Amino acid sequence: MNFLGKLDWNAIPLDQPIVMGATALMVLIVLVVFGFITAKGAWLYLWREWITSVDHKRIGVMYCILALVMLLRGFSDAIMMRAQQAVAAGGAQGYLPPEHFDQIFSAHGTIMIFFMAMPFVVGIMNFAVPLQLGIRDVAFPTLNSVSFWLTASGALLINLSLAVGEFSKAGWWGYPPLSELQYSPGVGVDYYLWSLQISGLGTLLAGINFVTTILKLRAPGMSYMRMPVFCWTSLATNLLIVAAFPVLTAVLAMLLLDRYLGFHFFTNDGGGNQMLYANLFWVWGHPEVYILVLPAFGIFSEVIATFSGKPLFGYRSMVAATMAICVLSFLVWLHHFFTMGASANVNGFFGVMSMIIALPTGAKIFNWLFTMYGGRVRFEVPVLWSIGFMVTFVIGGMTGVLHAVPPADFQLHNSVFLIAHFHNVIIGGVVFGLMAGYNYWFPKAFGFKLDERWGRASFWCWLVGFYIAFMPLYWLGLMGMTRRMQHYDNLSWQPWLIVAAIGTAIILVGIVCQVVQLVVSIRSREKLRDVTGDPWDGRTLEWATASPPPAWNFAFQPKVAGLDAFWNVKHRAQATKDESTPARKYEPVEMPKNSATGFVTAFFAVVIGFALIWHIWWLASVGVFGAFATFLAFSFRRHSEFEVPAEQIARFERAHQAGVAA
Amino acid sequence: MNIAVAIDQVPQRALPIASEAGPAPKRIVVAYGFWIFLLSDIVMFAALFASYAVLVRSTAGGPTGAQLFNQGTVAIETACLLVSSYTCGLMALAINSRNRLGTYLGALITFALGAAFLTLELREFAEMIAIGATPQRSAFLSAFFTLVGCHGLHVTLGLIWLIVMMVQVAVFGFVARVQHRLLCFSLFWHALDIVWVGVFTVVYLMGVSP
Repeated sequence: MNFLGKLDWNAIPLDQPIVMGATALMVLIVLVVFGFITAKGAWLYLWREWITSVDHKRIGVMYCILALVMLLRGFSDAIMMRAQQAVAAGGAQGYLPPEHFDQIFSAHGTIMIFFMAMPFVVGIMNFAVPLQLGIRDVAFPTLNSVSFWLTASGALLINLSLAVGEFSKAGWWGYPPLSELQYSPGVGVDYYLWSLQISGLGTLLAGINFVTTILKLRAPGMSYMRMPVFCWTSLATNLLIVAAFPVLTAVLAMLLLDRYLGFHFFTNDGGGNQMLYANLFWVWGHPEVYILVLPAFGIFSEVIATFSGKPLFGYRSMVAATMAICVLSFLVWLHHFFTMGASANVNGFFGVMSMIIALPTGAKIFNWLFTMYGGRVRFEVPVLWSIGFMVTFVIGGMTGVLHAVPPADFQLHNSVFLIAHFHNVIIGGVVFGLMAGYNYWFPKAFGFKLDERWGRASFWCWLVGFYIAFMPLYWLGLMGMTRRMQHYDNLSWQPWLIVAAIGTAIILVGIVCQVVQLVVSIRSREKLRDVTGDPWDGRTLEWATASPPPAWNFAFQPKVAGLDAFWNVKHRAQATKDESTPARKYEPVEMPKNSATGFVTAFFAVVIGFALIWHIWWLASVGVFGAFATFLAFSFRRHSEFEVPAEQIARFERAHQAGVAA
Repeated sequence: MNIAVAIDQVPQRALPIASEAGPAPKRIVVAYGFWIFLLSDIVMFAALFASYAVLVRSTAGGPTGAQLFNQGTVAIETACLLVSSYTCGLMALAINSRNRLGTYLGALITFALGAAFLTLELREFAEMIAIGATPQRSAFLSAFFTLVGCHGLHVTLGLIWLIVMMVQVAVFGFVARVQHRLLCFSLFWHALDIVWVGVFTVVYLMGVSP
């Protein structure tokens, strides 16, 4: 047996200049960042305050940073694909060989769904939900840190595949038999499977944590119908995570058994059934769509209510629509493969269910419109993203209903019309929502606003770029272009693909504007500083505390008497002008201690994943042993909490109140 | 003394509306979170059950369940697991009464029965593999070994967990932390029973019916 399994120097693709260039760039960026941290002498600070932190706000911020970095990685893949298809027409082969192009579209989908959209969504929930609920932290703070670091481990493995070995060429859903050992003998699919298993476990644990937090740890007085809508949509999302991710774990485990131990779940021989994979994958995959978009809906609800200066129109119908989508999302998975050949009745059922989902979604759109109607809308950057969303998402939703008609779907299946549709809803819904949330809660997280001019520039580039990039794909799909083509003979497609490439370039400008926005804002943070903790005239409890909030979030446990808890308190205080608020005595607060458990577990998870990908069995055993030892060490820890003295809380509150008064 | 609270002795009007009562105590939160985890685990088993049901006839010319399964062994396995759930319940009572000896005894019997179950299951697997009915033989056998093996893996993890918990009882005594974990262990162990009832019915009983 080989000491390093399948791993040797041939694993590093030295003969492929594009891959090596990208690798060199990545290594360079990592080195620059590490050098910067070393120059600042910030390693100890990072370890104490961030890496071992169990504070939900810090973990949320780290999730968002991971997501933004992965957005850059996934977007580079998108640029490469668009550039390839813009030139590879007729006899031309473009600059990407087929095996590289296949890796790029697989990596683009996997990264954007699992390592951009998911961490961003979970990150914003992490940051905002406990604050909105008026509590000090999530139900299981250390588990929260474990979840984050497992997600980061998955992201690390997938990026490692660029330099060491290869990535999957079987698409982001890895359909067998193509993903079986027979047709994908390399390590690419193994990278895909193990990085998703590890990050999927992290997501599942986060889901459990948030369901428990939202259902069991709300501020006194916050009954279900007084929860902010973002908490409701987060609840729905996390219920979906708990119910859907185990299916993904199971189906990927089956594919792993096929590949590693010669089982016959999805093989061509031995009675395997490939459509079993497709069914199970989409039993997870369709709810996943709503896992991503429901929190975005929640963000829009918060943003639109806040910036219209009105309570959300139809709160109850919004809650009902959210929970209806939550249930219905499990009844539509088959529309991803109407062409499987199920009977007309089966296809008919799933077609009708898919169309029914449009109803609660439509109700939400009207609720947002009616909230704005008659309000004094302040067109700040989050509102721009929200309005851009409403227009774009409705178009994407309508093309989605088209797909729900099975006979139409037989024509559109696997065409770039489909690509245009789901980018239309995922960019127009999820990404726009996340950007709105990023601009909306940034001042809460860091105490200063993001620069508005660059924010507007970014929004307009994204919006215009999106339409120029994806509207041609609808047209191309109707012309018969299928997805995932490394080159094509039909020259009449080329002009449209060039237009799409230009659109992608405009989105790139939008992303650059975002980076500039961040840099400019950090540099002029003193000018953008917000000392009140409530820069947008907010309605929910997160705006009741300082920005950035202290580790304990609230000096006193807030008491909630109705919907829009903070708004009501603010306006009652203004109405009575009662200056003689009785001085309250500050109490010490029990806070969870920082813990390296998450980071160490994730380290061993990377070891296990890497060892299994390369068949280094002894190293995998070391990893399992290490993870178990970490777990034991954590469980035998004697003190898990420490006390923040009342004096420290009082000092912080006095400083904050002075800031508010000034 | 038993620490379970007599809920009917608390005047109901005095209690705030449950959903407005504020953060729940730690014990409730821990157990609730663990319930959610168990639900997710059962969803995973549901996927394995579904795969088994789809692939049960895909024997690829190899042996079928009716030819392989031994009802006698399975009956003993089932008895072991169900009785271990009962002793696990007795252990929970001992924990509530802070009775160390009773706790150790309950854990010991639970462990022995779980280990007996596992031994019988592994022997069954070994016999099947010896006659060529390996998971590589057919899709049906792949699904069988995965579903039953996954349950067996859970039992194994449960046994390791039980050992760790007994060490923690010895080291820390019945502190709140340890009690919460023991509560979660009980939930876990009973959930494995429920899954086994499903395995017993879907795999072994339906497997031998014509």
